[in-house]
Amino acid sequence: MIWNPNKECMSRDEMHALQSKRLQKLVTYVYHNVPFYRNKMQAMDLSPEDIRSIDDIVKLPFTTKQDLRDNYPYGLQAAPPSEIVRVHASSGTTGNPTIVGYTRKDLAVWSEVMARCLTAYGVTRDDTFSVAYGYGLFTGGLGAHYGVENLGATVIPTSTGNTEKHIRLIRDLKVSGIACTPSYALYLAETLDKMGLTKDDINLRIGAFGAEPWTENMRKEIEERLGLKGYNIYGLSEIMGPGVSYECQEQNGSHICEDHFYPEIINPETLEQLPRGQQGELVFTTLTKEGMPLLRYRTKDLCTLMEGECACGRTAVRMGRIVGRSDDMLIIRGINVFPSQVESVILEMPEFEPQYMLVVDRAGNLDTLQVQVEVRRDFFSDDMGRMLAMKKKLADRLKSVLSISADVKLMEPGSIERSQGKGKHVIDNRILK
Amino acid sequence: MTIKQVSVFLENKTGRINEVAKTLSQHGINMQAFSMAETTDFGILRLIVSDVDKAVEVLRGENFAVMLTDVVCLHCPNKAGALAHILEQLAASEVSIEYMYAFAEDDMANIVVRPTDIALCEKALASIEG
Repeated sequence: MIWNPNKECMSRDEMHALQSKRLQKLVTYVYHNVPFYRNKMQAMDLSPEDIRSIDDIVKLPFTTKQDLRDNYPYGLQAAPPSEIVRVHASSGTTGNPTIVGYTRKDLAVWSEVMARCLTAYGVTRDDTFSVAYGYGLFTGGLGAHYGVENLGATVIPTSTGNTEKHIRLIRDLKVSGIACTPSYALYLAETLDKMGLTKDDINLRIGAFGAEPWTENMRKEIEERLGLKGYNIYGLSEIMGPGVSYECQEQNGSHICEDHFYPEIINPETLEQLPRGQQGELVFTTLTKEGMPLLRYRTKDLCTLMEGECACGRTAVRMGRIVGRSDDMLIIRGINVFPSQVESVILEMPEFEPQYMLVVDRAGNLDTLQVQVEVRRDFFSDDMGRMLAMKKKLADRLKSVLSISADVKLMEPGSIERSQGKGKHVIDNRILK
Repeated sequence: MTIKQVSVFLENKTGRINEVAKTLSQHGINMQAFSMAETTDFGILRLIVSDVDKAVEVLRGENFAVMLTDVVCLHCPNKAGALAHILEQLAASEVSIEYMYAFAEDDMANIVVRPTDIALCEKALASIEG
């Protein structure tokens, strides 16, 4: 089924015309409402009239996460405060979080694109759907929630935590669909086992999984253990939240809602736009956003874009799996973690050498983060209590900065490998599995 | 009597204790007693050695994190109840002990004690002996 065939199956020419019209309107809008963009465009000797078609997008300036932080909290907001009806914030990094304000129309677009995703997965009004993304500042929970409501299925706003209760609801309410992170889906399967239940005791048939990278092997395992079909969902809070792109029944890449989010692939070094089919950094322009519209936002996600009509009937460009990042951000249990955050905590504590290593792994079904640090000679103590307190102090500080717990491992001074040039601070063992 | 114990910080890594022992042996330093306190990821190796200053020097030379700790070394007969008697006296004098380890040799036993208060411990022991 297709939620909005007019848009999802639009001919390429019509889409080009629609995107061109929307881009012109967007550029005029941000030029007059966002000093950040006006200044940038003036510095480039660019006026809104120079943008005549979507192909002119390459003339426009890029936007980065740093720009969002520098303009905290509302510097990139285009709509007046009276028009903003909701605010979300990105998961914590050191310094300023990213604040995204939505107008009433933005929320309508969001639940529209979410309904497209869910329909592509096969969700209908007759389904009962559990949203097990975190509700709150994170866009996952509320974003998926309103999409399910818009579609007309029954939404169970489970959020995260209390997995046994969740499973009882899944069984007793005959829940047929679920949205969560793939690692949580695996945890759910594990808990099901622990409760002495199997996939035959529940009625799940559709899973919308995203917010962290996952592999085909994970998909197979989740599908087998929960008895459902798992679909990829992609999104990011800066652009909207979940619903930017989604897999259809063909599962050959994720269709981008490109009437709202215009995708480009660039070379992250030269910043040049790359032709379709080449791998590079994914960039989005929010064609219809009112609250915080962004021009050419660099996601730092690496992937390819695929053209050509899909057997499902949709014409929208598809994006391949995210194969990596052009920066060093890690996604651990759905939370964004930058090695620099860990570094800043360690540098503040004289107990440790400025050497560290993050070891990310997947134990059972959950991501684990180990932070290895070297104890400074002067701070080594024969008192075990003092050594354990030092370890706990670092673990507590990391928890408050990263929002996830890390296992701290105290190392001998000089034992962490020193690298030449750019330091290597991450060992991610998940990629190998 | 109060003596110096050499404490070494060690990661839990195969062969690490051996490297300490090897370093000491290469410099002709004898380990008279040792004990290991460990957690899942690191340990503290505590040593009584024949030449404290040299041990610290050569271990630091091999990049080990080393420190000296004052401990009390005492001797008692290697027979049932001898240690209990001493510990009872220490408890009566309110000496609290962080850790201790011992080794026996023929009819005598040597006990290394790390009290929270060295002076108090020495005083209590003097009164037993006296």
